[in-house]
Amino acid sequence: MAALLGGKGSGEYKENLKGKVWVFPDNVDTDVISPSRYLENLQEMLDHTCESVIKEFPSKVQDGDIIVAGRNFGCGSSRETAPAILQEKGIAAIVAESFARIFYRSSVARALPVLEVNEVSKEFQTGDEIQINIPNAEITNLRTGKTLKGKKIHPILLNLLKNGGLEKQLLAELKENK
Amino acid sequence: MSGQTIAEKILANHFLSGSDIKPDDIIIAKLDLVMSHIGTGKVVIDFRKIRPSKIRKVFDPNKIVVIFDHYNPAPSERWASVHDLIRNFVKKQGIKNFYDIKEGICHQVLPEKGHVRPGMLIVGGDSHTTTYGAFNAASCGLGNTDLFYSYVKGELWFRVPHTIRFRITGKLPPSVMSKDIIIKIAGDHTAEVATYKSIEFTGDTMENLSIASRMTMSNFALELGAKFAFGVPDQKVVDWVKERTTEPFELVKPDPDAIYEKTYEIDVSDLEPQISCPHTVDNVKPISEVAGTKINQAFLGSCTNGRLEDLEIAAKILEGKRIHNDVRMIVTPASQEIWIKAAKSGVSETLINAGAVITNPSCGACFGALGGMLAPSEKCISSSNRNFQGRMGSAAAEVYLGSPATVAASALKGEITDPRDL
Ligand code: SF4
Repeated sequence: MAALLGGKGSGEYKENLKGKVWVFPDNVDTDVISPSRYLENLQEMLDHTCESVIKEFPSKVQDGDIIVAGRNFGCGSSRETAPAILQEKGIAAIVAESFARIFYRSSVARALPVLEVNEVSKEFQTGDEIQINIPNAEITNLRTGKTLKGKKIHPILLNLLKNGGLEKQLLAELKENK
Repeated sequence: MSGQTIAEKILANHFLSGSDIKPDDIIIAKLDLVMSHIGTGKVVIDFRKIRPSKIRKVFDPNKIVVIFDHYNPAPSERWASVHDLIRNFVKKQGIKNFYDIKEGICHQVLPEKGHVRPGMLIVGGDSHTTTYGAFNAASCGLGNTDLFYSYVKGELWFRVPHTIRFRITGKLPPSVMSKDIIIKIAGDHTAEVATYKSIEFTGDTMENLSIASRMTMSNFALELGAKFAFGVPDQKVVDWVKERTTEPFELVKPDPDAIYEKTYEIDVSDLEPQISCPHTVDNVKPISEVAGTKINQAFLGSCTNGRLEDLEIAAKILEGKRIHNDVRMIVTPASQEIWIKAAKSGVSETLINAGAVITNPSCGACFGALGGMLAPSEKCISSSNRNFQGRMGSAAAEVYLGSPATVAASALKGEITDPRDL
């Protein structure tokens, strides 16, 4: 069930990432990433995520892959299964021209790096290799050599990513104060 | 310092380390209310991770509202178990504001039960939490991890949003509703016009709208990306809220010299009913361009348009008539209070006599998990707020969004129909 999804998370925070790219269009919504008819079963969620936009995505995506998307990525419902399922599939970061608000929040809360970079989706094709420096919000397409600069992540949020997300941060805090 | 918008004022009032804020700042703010529905299940699981167990306490049981609305009554053993899990948690934590399966949809029930007041900062584990903006509250949705944090800490980080304004003027033509205005805005300005932003709806049209109609706009504003979506802070709000609570409150009005990122002017005097066509809310056409599209199902309900005035306008259209033979019409009142009123006034009977199925108050068919699902080749006209692919069943089905009047008129004719033609 959706609400109970734990997820393996994004692992340790890394400043620099390198990975294979999946290009997504504008306005990819949460019903594409995490369709409501599969919310009952984790395996079904994993098997069907994003298939309505990229058919082979659920079967071919690999650990460390990176999503490059157009505008308004993750719009729609507040279901956190959307970022969670992408993490579970091994997605290491998402670079988009813009994100829907709740998806952005939840990704940060889950320590899934999300970067906003103007015009980024035009510069990539699925299968390209991308290199990312998170604190500088700098990305490079290793096929074309082109580098783009995005919006820097606010220090409070960067800290959250480093601490492994909101839950880890909270549990650590509670331990200190008990 | 220049003046402040409603969002800036409310956030400044809740900022934990000062009051000096500007758009794009990230602040930690104190929460007045935390709402969650079935997503509370994840919070309960997360609570178990807190050690030692004696510190597993919510920040303030009186500032939390838990409500069941998405899977009512439990459609499977699994959901029954989640309900059970949450009921036990609520008891143990002393959360008195708990509404079990009978009450209705969160965004309707919270204001009705007096939990929402002007000036409050509210978060909810549901995206359409923006609805409370109609009551002059700053409210937005978030995911489960943020929700867990809010439950424990009663505070959260916020990015101070820029504010945009929609000035809506002119008299709405008959059978044209606030839903048509907000769909029109989506069509003209796209589903991202308000991403991260706070909206203030102003203008004489807004002032003349009922609270119910304003709620429709603040609700649908989420589909435009809005973080907050404020209606007009006026006496109507004060009167409505005072009927529901004795807690004190004060309206928060924007300063005359507040800075708006942009002001959009909309004249609705000649507005035609609008339809969001599959599969995005901003794929909008005036009804004249989609009229005649055959439908299999008509859904009147959801937190967008399941209120008494919505049922009433449908009843007016369907009075003494039968809906089309090939159409299933599902009516789901947004709350028990609405349900009872509709039953007493004869609205329910009119709808049933016309051939509609009335279900218990819940999210129902809106999100395709509880009945009213669509087969692959089917089309549905819905008064809800989302027509995403697969939202109401098969990914091959098509969902068209329109006003309650349009839904009723279409149910009657078996095809998308302009309610002004009846
Ligand atoms: S009625 Fe629909 S949009 Fe509203 S809270 Fe329920 S599922 Fe969400």
